[in-house]
Amino acid sequence: MNGPHDLGGQMGFGPVAPEVNEPYFHAEWEKRALGITLSCGAFGAWTIDESRHARESIPPADYLAASYYEIWIRGIDMLLERHGFASREELLSGHKMQDGTVPKRVLTANMVAGVLAKGGPCDRPVETAPLFVVGETVKTKNFNPATHTRLPRYARAKTGIIEAVQGSFVFPDDNAHGKGENPQWLYTVVFDAGEIWGEGADPSLTVSIDAWESYLERV
Amino acid sequence: MRHRDDHADHDHDHHDHHHDNHYSDMQARVKALETLLTEKGLIDPAAIDAIVETYETKVGPRNGARVVAKAWSDPDFAEWLKRDATAAIASLGFTGRQGEHMRAVFNTADTHNLIVCTLCSCYPWSVLGLPPVWYKAPAYRSRAVIDPRGVLAEFGVTLPDGKKVRVWDSTAELRYLVIPERPEQTEGMDEEALADLVSRDAMIGAAIAGSPKISGAGNPEVTA
Repeated sequence: MNGPHDLGGQMGFGPVAPEVNEPYFHAEWEKRALGITLSCGAFGAWTIDESRHARESIPPADYLAASYYEIWIRGIDMLLERHGFASREELLSGHKMQDGTVPKRVLTANMVAGVLAKGGPCDRPVETAPLFVVGETVKTKNFNPATHTRLPRYARAKTGIIEAVQGSFVFPDDNAHGKGENPQWLYTVVFDAGEIWGEGADPSLTVSIDAWESYLERV
Repeated sequence: MRHRDDHADHDHDHHDHHHDNHYSDMQARVKALETLLTEKGLIDPAAIDAIVETYETKVGPRNGARVVAKAWSDPDFAEWLKRDATAAIASLGFTGRQGEHMRAVFNTADTHNLIVCTLCSCYPWSVLGLPPVWYKAPAYRSRAVIDPRGVLAEFGVTLPDGKKVRVWDSTAELRYLVIPERPEQTEGMDEEALADLVSRDAMIGAAIAGSPKISGAGNPEVTA
């Protein structure tokens, strides 16, 4: 979707503000927000793609005014309610009022090391051969779905070169919406800056994305 | 960090804004959420402690620095990294969440690499730990793909005019690690000493790897 998250090439956000010796957390609640988010992810009720879609569905003014972990908490609120783990009344009150959905698992302290070390690989085999080959010129699709996609707006309807076939991976556009993993071939596609940014683009710049096969068309 | 303090003025009738009045104080908001989820038996507060401890003390950019130092020291390892970064990095024991599928990109005399996730905050946790705020913030995510030289200048990095800039937008689950150019005058240094020269920012491409300290009156650390 064309949400507030799709920031590539937008202007007006000012300079980057690196901090010297930046701490991992700037407030105690940020630590808890990280832990709550990962703990709720362990329920097995939603995928990383659905959680990304929840965050990008935050209204733009709220998204852009929020600090990063606030965006996470807003996303978690949405997912907990959607999947029946907590009612809106409970989320607003901060206390249990009723039973809800039972998760596949609850992350306990003794499980943390194993779960973090394992991660969540999302490469999956596919039956078909890749449609495109390294060195081939391709064009990205021009679409504006209201649903989740990982093709950034700046890279739509642009012509680039297939640099690598990365393997086959879960397709987020389907997986975010409970339509299954439906894995596809994934390609690294390189664009000249002039193709993306047009007049005045930095001639020394190239930008690449990782694009699923269905994002691409033959030229 | 910006926090909203003005939510009392918001229009609460709009459906999509139904939670806004509860986000003005994040400390209270998150505490309430943790209390609720604990009461419901959905989370274990001790698990949260363990997650935080992991990323505060165990998983951080020192992991990535060791990968870079080994790549500088061992041509076979560097080749393995180019061919299959996931396996090469796993051989050093660095695996797991947000490092499931790794790709190493090498800076050269001709090309400087810069990593961004314009869509969210994708970042190689297993080798760099949690991302810094600037990496997740709109200023970096918006500009890295259109004005990387301007962004680099804000980090104090000025690239030569002839040098190409290659920006990698992490739009899938591949997580990128920049292998910086090995600094000059580092011959004979062991991997441990080399790793000290590799900052987190250098492995994102927002800095170059540091030079070893030179003792004596000419030490730029002293005279600068």
